[in-house]
Amino acid sequence: MTLSARLRGRQDRNLWFWVFVGPFVIGLVVFVYVPIIWSIYLSFFNSYNTVTPTEFVGFGNYLDMLRDPAFVDSLWTFAVFAVFIVPVTFVASLAIALLVARTRVMQAFFRSVFFLPTACSYVVASLIWKMSIFSGVRSGLANYVLGWFGLDSIPWLSLAQPPWYWLVIVTARLWLQLGFYMILFLAGIQRINPNLYEAAAIDGAEGWKVLRHITLPQLRATSTAVLLLLLINAFQAFDEFYNILSTFGTYPPYARPPLVYLYYTALGSGQDFGHGSAGAVILTLIILIVALGQGRILRLGGRDD
Amino acid sequence: MTDSKRPGGLDLDRRSVLTLGGLAAMTGVLAACGGNTGREPSTGASGASAGGGSKPTLQQWYHQYGEAGTQQAVERYAAAYPNATVKVTWKPGDYDQSTAASLLTDAGPDVFEYGNGPTIDMIKGGQVVEMTDLFGDAKSDFNDSILQRMTYQDKIWAIPQVIDMQLLVYRKSMLDKAGVQPPQTIDELIDAAKKLTNGNVKGLFLGNAGGADLMGGPMLWSAGLDYLTPDNKFGFDDPRAATALGKLREMWDAKVLLLGAPKDWFDPSALVNGLTAMQFTGLWTFPDIKKGLGDDFGVMAWPKLDAQGKDSVPVGAYGSCVSAKSNNVDAAKAFAKWLWIDQTKDQLDFATSYGFHIPSRKSLIPQADTLKSGQAADAARLATEVGHAQSPLLWTPKCSTAFGDAMNRIVKEGADPKAQIAQVKSVADAELKRVLS
Repeated sequence: MTLSARLRGRQDRNLWFWVFVGPFVIGLVVFVYVPIIWSIYLSFFNSYNTVTPTEFVGFGNYLDMLRDPAFVDSLWTFAVFAVFIVPVTFVASLAIALLVARTRVMQAFFRSVFFLPTACSYVVASLIWKMSIFSGVRSGLANYVLGWFGLDSIPWLSLAQPPWYWLVIVTARLWLQLGFYMILFLAGIQRINPNLYEAAAIDGAEGWKVLRHITLPQLRATSTAVLLLLLINAFQAFDEFYNILSTFGTYPPYARPPLVYLYYTALGSGQDFGHGSAGAVILTLIILIVALGQGRILRLGGRDD
Repeated sequence: MTDSKRPGGLDLDRRSVLTLGGLAAMTGVLAACGGNTGREPSTGASGASAGGGSKPTLQQWYHQYGEAGTQQAVERYAAAYPNATVKVTWKPGDYDQSTAASLLTDAGPDVFEYGNGPTIDMIKGGQVVEMTDLFGDAKSDFNDSILQRMTYQDKIWAIPQVIDMQLLVYRKSMLDKAGVQPPQTIDELIDAAKKLTNGNVKGLFLGNAGGADLMGGPMLWSAGLDYLTPDNKFGFDDPRAATALGKLREMWDAKVLLLGAPKDWFDPSALVNGLTAMQFTGLWTFPDIKKGLGDDFGVMAWPKLDAQGKDSVPVGAYGSCVSAKSNNVDAAKAFAKWLWIDQTKDQLDFATSYGFHIPSRKSLIPQADTLKSGQAADAARLATEVGHAQSPLLWTPKCSTAFGDAMNRIVKEGADPKAQIAQVKSVADAELKRVLS
């Protein structure tokens, strides 16, 4: 057998493997791994307006970022935000999935209705939320409704106290995201073997008991994935925050996601790639640590099966 | 990592440009998805040999202007240039960010516009070339504060294209009805706003952030201060600055400010629809205001804090810059000079035929028909007399973020202005030390 024939493998298997997998591997390397590694490299350099820096600064950029009260503040804000939004989205999407799964009439319709917002652009949804639903004058939907009860108009997005802006952001986010996670749960629910439910019914289990002892344990894999995605999503929040809260040239110091802060100070027109990359790496590490911690906790719980 | 996130195709909040960005935001929003990089391989002919037959090819970039006809206009100007083939690229979306990034590569433009000229880091990073020698005698004809904004260490780094400005606009009939004269000081302004506030109609509109994002500079100028001193030191570590910034909080507390308007300050609809009696907005809104209110409006500068202070209006201009990575630096400079210094007819056309802007050459202002009479003439005079560049060259994005944070806390949360200014100072001092080193 010649070398080239051996490299190609039996029935050219190796060749075909690379024909199919190669383009994706190349794409992944060029557009994901190289930028990540380059970003880590940049984070150790003084690199204003260049991606080929020469001045090595060690952990200087990391220390600067960790000493920057605004950045640390945004990290804390989003840790708190994650603690709130992850369980809320999780429970709400699971609840919708359970309801839709039980529906016997027009199930496809309800599935589509809840899933449809996922297809909507974050930017468009943000503008509708900002300009139509939660505009501060009487013509905005929310203030129009308040008018029925004789209440004054509230400038939802202008006030810092009380923080009504969270209401705007959280509702927009839930509307946009619930459907997607509902579909994931729905897929998980439909994979559960009906025999389990029949057996449980024969044993006299019903209602909450079925949910707790059959549905939820059977959804563990899905739940883990959903939690992880939600967590990453919470820390990487950008689009709806940026489009709802930013005003001309500035973003208020509250409810500012770490990525928005980095965009304004380093990675947008600032082009301070050293500090920006350091901030991004810090954020990645936090996500990694929290995700690993979460994975460990869920795995521990899974040992009984 | 961060690059997987869309910065949102909108430019409702472009960082450094006060005015044209506002226009683009109003009308250019939905077109923000074009993907044309516009870059074609250049012929490689160097500027020096351009005279010998084959013309060099130059890439010129513009952000997407909102007014109809502007794209055709700049393409027409470029096509008329005899000494090079100029390819115009019209870039929708986040222009500042994508242009700044493209300067890192060989795929960037030769000639490009940038809000208020290149950033200090572009200049220090050697990404743009000096333009001083192109001006010659024409230098004194350009709007002083704008040219100053594009100058670093006595070298000019961009040619101002057209000027935009912000100013205070009020409805004459509403002031007459309330028996209010156009205010001359900030305290008079607050009084006027109180008298003009009536139920759902508010006295004053400084943007949906209550002026936190917009009025920082004008408040400093009204106290006779500035972001930086002339010798580039932090400029508002001063009790008068604390007083001035505190005035915005006073307006907020008095509930005379319109908040949460469907369209922000850069759009005239709040004034035109009667939601407010006075609005801080841009010159570019004048055609719409005229359409909505006829002659029922007047203009004025942002008033002085007191006798020691000064009236002011913010001015800004896109500056035409030449990339240092261009294959044809000389040809690119020659083209920039031709269009934005020599071709006064094109400059006038660009400033006045499609929207309301002010030519950056002072001698062209009397020739601009749109600026000859009425409110627009008043505005053009204010721009020349009390115009302040929106923020100084050395005021980096980091400084403006820190200042914006402080303004938000002062205005929306009632934080102590003095303590907030001290925080801005610590950030700005570090940044100044960095860029001046």
